[in-house]
Amino acid sequence: MSRFLSISILLLFVLYVSSESAGEEEFTEELLFRPLPDRKVLSHFHFESRAPPTNSYGHHHRLFPKAIYQLVHKYRIKQMELSFTQGRWNYDSWGGFDPIASSNAKPPGVELWAVFDVPPDQVDASWKNLTHTLSGLFCASINFLESSTAYSAPDWSFRSLSGNLRYGSLPREAVCTENLTPWLKLLPCRDKSGLSSLMNRPSIYSGFYHSQRLHLTSDEFDPVALNGIVLEQTLTIVLQPDSLETHPSFSGSRKLQPSWSMSSLFGKTVDGKCALAKSSNVYVQLEGSLVYNMKNTWNSIDSYEGDSNFGFTVSPDRMMKEINSVDKEGYSIIYGFSINNDHSSKPFDLGFWWKLPVTWSCVKAPLRVSRFLMGSGNEKGAIALSLQSTEWSQSLLKADNDGEKCNLRVDVFQLVPWYIKVYYHTTKIYVDGASQSLGDIIEKMSVSPSEDKVSPGVMEMILRLPCDMKSASLTLEFDKGFLHIDEYPPDANQGFDIPSAIISYPDFQTRLQYKLDTTSIKSPMVSKMQERRTILSYTEVLLVPLTTPDFSMPYNVITITCTVFALYFGSLLNALRRRVGEEERLRKSKDKSTGKLRLLLSKLSAKLRGKPWEPPSSTPPSSSSKFISTKVVIKIILIAAIAFGWQYYDG
Amino acid sequence: MEESSGKTTKKHPWFWSSAVASIVLRLVLIVYFPNTLNFSSRPEVSTPITSLRRLAEGYWLKQSSMSPYAGSMYHGSPLLLSILGPLTGDRGEGQSHLLCGLAFVIADFITAILIRAIGQLLQVADIQSLKSLGAKNFPAGDIAALVYLWNPLTIITCLGYSTSPIENLMIVLSLYGACRRLVPLAAFGLVMASHLSLYPVILIIPLVLLIGSGLDTPPRKLFLQPNHVDGYKKTNFSRRRVVLFFLWASVWALYVLVLCSISLKEYSGLGEMFKRTYGFILSVEDLSPNIGVLWYFFAEVFDFFRDFFLIVFHINILFMVLPLAIRLHHRPCFLAFVYVAISSILKSYPSVGDSALYLGLLGLFVNALADMQFSFFLFSGYLGTLLLSPVMHNLWIWRGTGNANFYFATAMAYACFQIILVVESVSSMLNHDRALKKGATPVAKKVQ
Repeated sequence: MSRFLSISILLLFVLYVSSESAGEEEFTEELLFRPLPDRKVLSHFHFESRAPPTNSYGHHHRLFPKAIYQLVHKYRIKQMELSFTQGRWNYDSWGGFDPIASSNAKPPGVELWAVFDVPPDQVDASWKNLTHTLSGLFCASINFLESSTAYSAPDWSFRSLSGNLRYGSLPREAVCTENLTPWLKLLPCRDKSGLSSLMNRPSIYSGFYHSQRLHLTSDEFDPVALNGIVLEQTLTIVLQPDSLETHPSFSGSRKLQPSWSMSSLFGKTVDGKCALAKSSNVYVQLEGSLVYNMKNTWNSIDSYEGDSNFGFTVSPDRMMKEINSVDKEGYSIIYGFSINNDHSSKPFDLGFWWKLPVTWSCVKAPLRVSRFLMGSGNEKGAIALSLQSTEWSQSLLKADNDGEKCNLRVDVFQLVPWYIKVYYHTTKIYVDGASQSLGDIIEKMSVSPSEDKVSPGVMEMILRLPCDMKSASLTLEFDKGFLHIDEYPPDANQGFDIPSAIISYPDFQTRLQYKLDTTSIKSPMVSKMQERRTILSYTEVLLVPLTTPDFSMPYNVITITCTVFALYFGSLLNALRRRVGEEERLRKSKDKSTGKLRLLLSKLSAKLRGKPWEPPSSTPPSSSSKFISTKVVIKIILIAAIAFGWQYYDG
Repeated sequence: MEESSGKTTKKHPWFWSSAVASIVLRLVLIVYFPNTLNFSSRPEVSTPITSLRRLAEGYWLKQSSMSPYAGSMYHGSPLLLSILGPLTGDRGEGQSHLLCGLAFVIADFITAILIRAIGQLLQVADIQSLKSLGAKNFPAGDIAALVYLWNPLTIITCLGYSTSPIENLMIVLSLYGACRRLVPLAAFGLVMASHLSLYPVILIIPLVLLIGSGLDTPPRKLFLQPNHVDGYKKTNFSRRRVVLFFLWASVWALYVLVLCSISLKEYSGLGEMFKRTYGFILSVEDLSPNIGVLWYFFAEVFDFFRDFFLIVFHINILFMVLPLAIRLHHRPCFLAFVYVAISSILKSYPSVGDSALYLGLLGLFVNALADMQFSFFLFSGYLGTLLLSPVMHNLWIWRGTGNANFYFATAMAYACFQIILVVESVSSMLNHDRALKKGATPVAKKVQ
């Protein structure tokens, strides 16, 4: 049996090798390290699985995860991206212009968007099913995105994929290893071998930022399917290397950047590549400004391989230089290490050390964006979006088109939950502190206001900001809503989150073009970097405290309110019902005949006088006597009840 | 009659000077303290229905070619949007809502003048019965108009830029029209008032009574003694006028609906308008605090019972309509006052503007209600709750030291005081009628 199995596997392998040319399942694993200016290291894992189109390849896959394949087919997904993020990408010091920053810097919590290939009226249903499936697949509460108050359909400001796109995010979702494990299960080698074996949970989750992302593109449903399904899984981590082992050779005023190695960052090494991977590469990327600074400080290096400033423990297999750099002064360099053949030899442990201190800064996004709340109290407030120009963008724009009045296009997409009731007519824009009329700045604005308990408010905007401005801000006033007690989460006093706004700069495209030398093999990650993509950045998540009612009071409130209603109804009806005639008769009877004795006396006198006795007023005495008797009865019952109660509880 | 008219002419300069003074006070407050007196955000003043800020948002939505009812911001009438919307448009700093404020001042003034006219009519009708009692005859119209104008609640409502002065104007307009038996005017007022806030639709009963059988009189039974059969006011319920009233009301309603559908033509039909205005009122969707009792109730009540309590609370208003109409059918103006008061206690989004209206109308019956009980107690109660309510709101919302129960307690107390006011005024009006009856019997005999 086992022999047959092994033979069949061998057969399959042979088949696989022979059919390589005609559309093939592929899996590649890559890892990129990049030193960051603030003494941290960015590590970016990139796994890519490709499944050829079904109509040429069939339904059965060797490498491609079945769950994803079924997901794509069941909900007819064209494109989907799911990210789990913890921590906030520091756009100032980690950069905001490069491909990794604009595609892998994600808002905290869960973000999900998907484009469906279904008729427009079925998109919402597909979305709801998708959220539930993903929720089960990744052990996360993505199913909260099912409610129509949590997602929206951006028209044009988000990725310019209109129509069947749905976008939702859960800022509060905590991300942990339980979400990573199902994500790793989609890899053919899981974390048993290959680069993914580096993923030591404690070291990953002790980082400053980690974002685990899953991106799907499929053209399965196009008439001419070429690529099939491409599943791209990335894990971006920012780690602080232990800077204990400073290099002894240098003793200067400036501090040396920390050296690091795979084992110091992750506490693990790579034993070998994943056997199922087509290629398995590790890269170290040095940014343009870093290279420029190194050149500046030590003029000696021109035909360098970096040896005077830094060194690797493993000699790089290849080097790629950036061409057509955006940053005029420097060009980025990528060193490549392939671990294809390391299977038999010692474990692969890439180390990097600095020989000389160097400082540099990353290329920032055109504007530094931050969003904050204004106002105090729990009744109303305002959201402010502040855009500050970075020196870099100014120089770039001036260089681009001086002379004519230039402006910078900024797209804003903001989703606000319904309990933040935004007054869109109070939108105000200030440029350099001076209030501007909306027409001058806003080129296009589309708003779909929030509907209570039905849909969130969505604001999409195109701003045209003058290039020479220092700062601009946009404010929107809002009222805070009041929820039903069941709608508050268990920790109601913590506040509610407003998801990040997305700011994009369609005028700028990030693209790192590398001159590929002939020896280098095709790398999906590097080719991803070469794609043109719009620069995108996310703002902070806002935490809005909302007023809470008293959660322990429902019964009291119900009874007290009903009492007031009873008071109203009873007393008004009593006032209306009261008859004056009866009252007067009652009063007269009270005045005249206060007892039976009096009645008897009158009877007696009537008899004595010999006249037929007429009762002074026939009904009142009887009613009064009846009244007294009922009163007595009630008193007796009351006393008996009290006595009984006393006996029951005390005895 | 002679004496009273002399009195009123004597009172005229006094009335006019204080009325003008109240208007000047409003204008001064609006022009010079536009932002320091931030009444427009007070929950006591502006409700989701009447808030001018929401109206401005609806107008903005409409300007940017969206339905004004998109989102859950605006719940008012589309006509109001067309009239007041442009006035909110200029967004210069400081001058924001000056024109609107002016419109509300004018509405307040007209309301006061109409109340005064109603009061004078009522006084003429009442003079005989009052003489029979030998009671002092106050100029009720002047008093009511001044009470309305100088009532701090009215002033706050006017400064708080809520649309309730316009609703109040429509209600008073319909009453005035009915008192003067101007059938089209009465029908217009009723249709507009119920278009703006639904609740005035119950005023149809007092209006029909007013139009059919005239102004408030002592109960007819008094004059129908066996020896007084010639019918003092027996058969003057004119069916013709009532039919005319209904005809006019349907004409106006049709007209209003046509106007609304024209103004909402491009966005959504009348269906959405009804859903967003009347539906919003009836299904208490907005749970933001106000001086009523329903918001906290529906924030706390279990979802399962929500519909049941919605029905119960709204039926509570309707339940009382018929008994009151039977008992007070001879005093339609007073009946209208009671209806206005009841609906302003129990409506889903009450504001002090509604209280201002019924307190002003209360002044009309100053002669009849002269010996009302608990008036000082009620006055202090109103004062106390209205002073405590902002304090509690501040503690809860702004300082975060109090909680919702404190604010709700003041709302409860306010509701209780209002209920006591209504009950006491009804019972003292009934007592007044009894006193008239006692006094009228000898009068009738004397006439004979």
